[in-house]
Amino acid sequence: MEHYNMNLTLKVWRQKNKDSKGNFETYKVAGISSEMSFLEMFDVLNERLITEGQEPIAFDHDCREGICGMCSMYIDGKPHGPWQQNTTCQLHMRAFKDGDTITVEPWRATAFPVIKDLVTDRSAFDRIIQAGGFISVNTGNAVDANALPIEKRKADDAFAAAACIGCGACVAACKNSSALLFVGAKVSHLALLPQGGPERKTRVLDMITQMDKEGFGACTSTGACEATCPKGISITNIARLNQEYLVASLTASE
Amino acid sequence: MIDAKIPSGQLEDKWTEYKGHCKLVNPANKRKIEVIIVGTGLAGASAAASLGELGYKVKAFCFQDSPRRAHSIAAQGGINAAKNYQNDGDSVFRLFYDTIKGGDYRAREGNVHRLAEVSANIIDQCVAQGVPFAREYGGLLSNRSFGGTQVQRTFYAAGQTGQQLLIGAYQALERQIALGNVKMYSRHEMLDVVKIDGKARGIIARNLVNGELERHFGHAVLLCTGGYGNVFYLSTNAMGSNVTAAWKAHKAGAYFANPCYTQIHPTCIPVSGDHQSKLTLMSESLRNDGRIWVPKAKGDNRKASEIPEEERDYYLERRYPAFGNLVPRDVASRAAKERCDEGYGVGSSKQAVYLDFAAAIERYGKIEAGKHGADHASAEDIRKLGVDVVKEKYGNLFDMYEKITGENPYEVPMRIYPAVHYTMGGLWVDYELMTNVKGLYALGEANFSDHGANRLGASALMQGLADGYFVAPYTVGNYLADEISVKAIPTDHPAFIEAEKAVSDRINTLLSIQGKTTVETFHKRLGKIIWNKCGMARNAEGLREAIRDIQELKAAFWSDVRIPGGVNEFNPELDKAGRVADFIELGELMCIDALNRNESCGGHFREEYQTPDGEALRDDANYMYVAAWEFKQEHEWELHKEELVYDVIKPSQRNYK
Repeated sequence: MEHYNMNLTLKVWRQKNKDSKGNFETYKVAGISSEMSFLEMFDVLNERLITEGQEPIAFDHDCREGICGMCSMYIDGKPHGPWQQNTTCQLHMRAFKDGDTITVEPWRATAFPVIKDLVTDRSAFDRIIQAGGFISVNTGNAVDANALPIEKRKADDAFAAAACIGCGACVAACKNSSALLFVGAKVSHLALLPQGGPERKTRVLDMITQMDKEGFGACTSTGACEATCPKGISITNIARLNQEYLVASLTASE
Repeated sequence: MIDAKIPSGQLEDKWTEYKGHCKLVNPANKRKIEVIIVGTGLAGASAAASLGELGYKVKAFCFQDSPRRAHSIAAQGGINAAKNYQNDGDSVFRLFYDTIKGGDYRAREGNVHRLAEVSANIIDQCVAQGVPFAREYGGLLSNRSFGGTQVQRTFYAAGQTGQQLLIGAYQALERQIALGNVKMYSRHEMLDVVKIDGKARGIIARNLVNGELERHFGHAVLLCTGGYGNVFYLSTNAMGSNVTAAWKAHKAGAYFANPCYTQIHPTCIPVSGDHQSKLTLMSESLRNDGRIWVPKAKGDNRKASEIPEEERDYYLERRYPAFGNLVPRDVASRAAKERCDEGYGVGSSKQAVYLDFAAAIERYGKIEAGKHGADHASAEDIRKLGVDVVKEKYGNLFDMYEKITGENPYEVPMRIYPAVHYTMGGLWVDYELMTNVKGLYALGEANFSDHGANRLGASALMQGLADGYFVAPYTVGNYLADEISVKAIPTDHPAFIEAEKAVSDRINTLLSIQGKTTVETFHKRLGKIIWNKCGMARNAEGLREAIRDIQELKAAFWSDVRIPGGVNEFNPELDKAGRVADFIELGELMCIDALNRNESCGGHFREEYQTPDGEALRDDANYMYVAAWEFKQEHEWELHKEELVYDVIKPSQRNYK
């Protein structure tokens, strides 16, 4: 692969803290290598800003290998940028060409308030898990792992749903800021497994109640979430969630 | 000599005996006892959930925005357990034996046997939580093999085993948070341990969103803060992974053990330029099918495809005919470095070797063609069939490689180079995982106890969860049973005030320097020193130079670092500055430890101590001990030794030829 250098214009959302009104700032960056990752390009810019006595741009990131779910940039109108099934940290600069202007914003959602610049507060996701995204089994209560055979196809589907990294791109991509793909993935993961059976009904009801309380919007099935999900979580998980919710609502004993 | 308090009796009875006789805390008293847990990876999340379930009042801390982000999540390959589901001869003893041998006879028998004993419970617990391990068509769990073993004992969830295990532990933790048993503090960093009357009684933490310092009391403090691989700047660790919590504990009196034992993983995507911020692992499993080679001619600039077979040097197969490409991590890493240092490296940086799947694609293609009765399949058809097989086995890794490098590894060989991956050293702990500071524990990668001088693949996840789910609930309880009469100490106690003031003073000092050089620049310089002189190969002269270089770097850092922004705000550069300052001090101790250990073992290779064939040469007569370092004052540490006694296993020289 031929490598090349490029000069770029970045329009980046700057916001001092959650209470201040933010605005776009424009930065020119020169000599960016096509081999860099998108976040490494931000590293280069931040090093320069610090040296010039300016405030670096705050952004969330940690593992930089696409699995922790911490990085979260809205790039040219798409969560995590132009590549399919990809996180911001795995986006590389060969996705761009010399002279490009790139617009970078934080996730935009009522339930994800901005902390600073491109950093948002996604603790709403943790609270949704607290509402029921688990199987109640204390340490030491388990039977032998092979005592409960699980059909391979169901186990594979549960794994595919459990691959969610909780980044929130689905919410950022949705015009209503719905969290239904996130919730659907967790409900599916646990509903597909026999271990999740006993709490199946309360789980889906409680998680949806919490989701609504957090201020996420309604799902109108546009599929933007699935199209943007870095882990390819299928929208069929939302269908399964709806089914679980309906059954639970109709048969709930309380 | 220091005492690890290993229970007496037969090796296989020690843990059972311990559990049968350790002290307990009754439920009414547990409610009054507070436990602080720092870090929410596999060790921290599992410990927080388990102690919360038992009824203790737990406070858990992590620097990320959610406990689910901890770097355990990035582990790919799997988790070992002595289940013997494959009926292939596995047992608790074999897992114990493989781990001791893999660690080059520098781990504690008692701890490792306990680890092997509880390994099976971990798999049961995780399955009960809904961790979706890979399964066979009959619905039972699937296993694969990993390096350093002859059995299939590795459980896995595609290439995302760490993620699935962590999500399991995270969900258990979130459940305890919902029940009110655990209070979670995300985006918080521990900046000191508070000691009162010689016992750990709390921490000073900084809220990373608003910069405020907080005092938290605990009857006990558990550090589950991972390893220190980022001392090298470039590693497979997450950007935020750091030694700060462990280092503060060390400065407060806890011994730091075997810091020179660091694991360099042989198959990582190589550095592409000075902008590089981290390195990405390509799973060990690839060495089952990939062949590693470099050109036979120095400085050969031809493309891989233009180099004919007879001009390629498959150096692992040449040097180690018995194990070939599947030698252990430390051996494979050193061999790659040797070829590159001699000028045979490939790629634009010349710091890489090829990992080539062409032979595997052809081999699998022929097998597939044979299955379909296509005896005269064309080379093109064979290739296509072979690519499909390789894709099914390693597709996600090949995709990740292509995303990062822009090269298609089905067409051209991967370029790989060793990278820092794991640290076997860490806070010294006794059998109960307690440091030498009473009430202060270290779990998971943060401690030193189970992997000796080299960790085997798929054993890190096992240890983190063993410590958190199955060891700490007993051993911490044994300590807390004597603490039930201690009432929560108010945080206006002078020890808290003093600790907070010291933390605050240090932050203000850092911010007041206002020099010219960024934190990142210092971190890169430190990484270069450690990588070059205390990396894959070390020698006495280089280590002495490194110690001098690090001392100079430290002085430069404290007079010239530039940190933007203020104290009471979200300021990642300030967070990073504190971590780099601690890495610099740790770097010095790593070199001191490496200089002290006049032998080669596992991940510690001293060039002066090798066999005529260039293999690691241990010195059991003089160095069969744990080096536990006590901090005295700046640049000064005192060495304490813990003798390693092998009652059951006879140490021998490893041989892979």
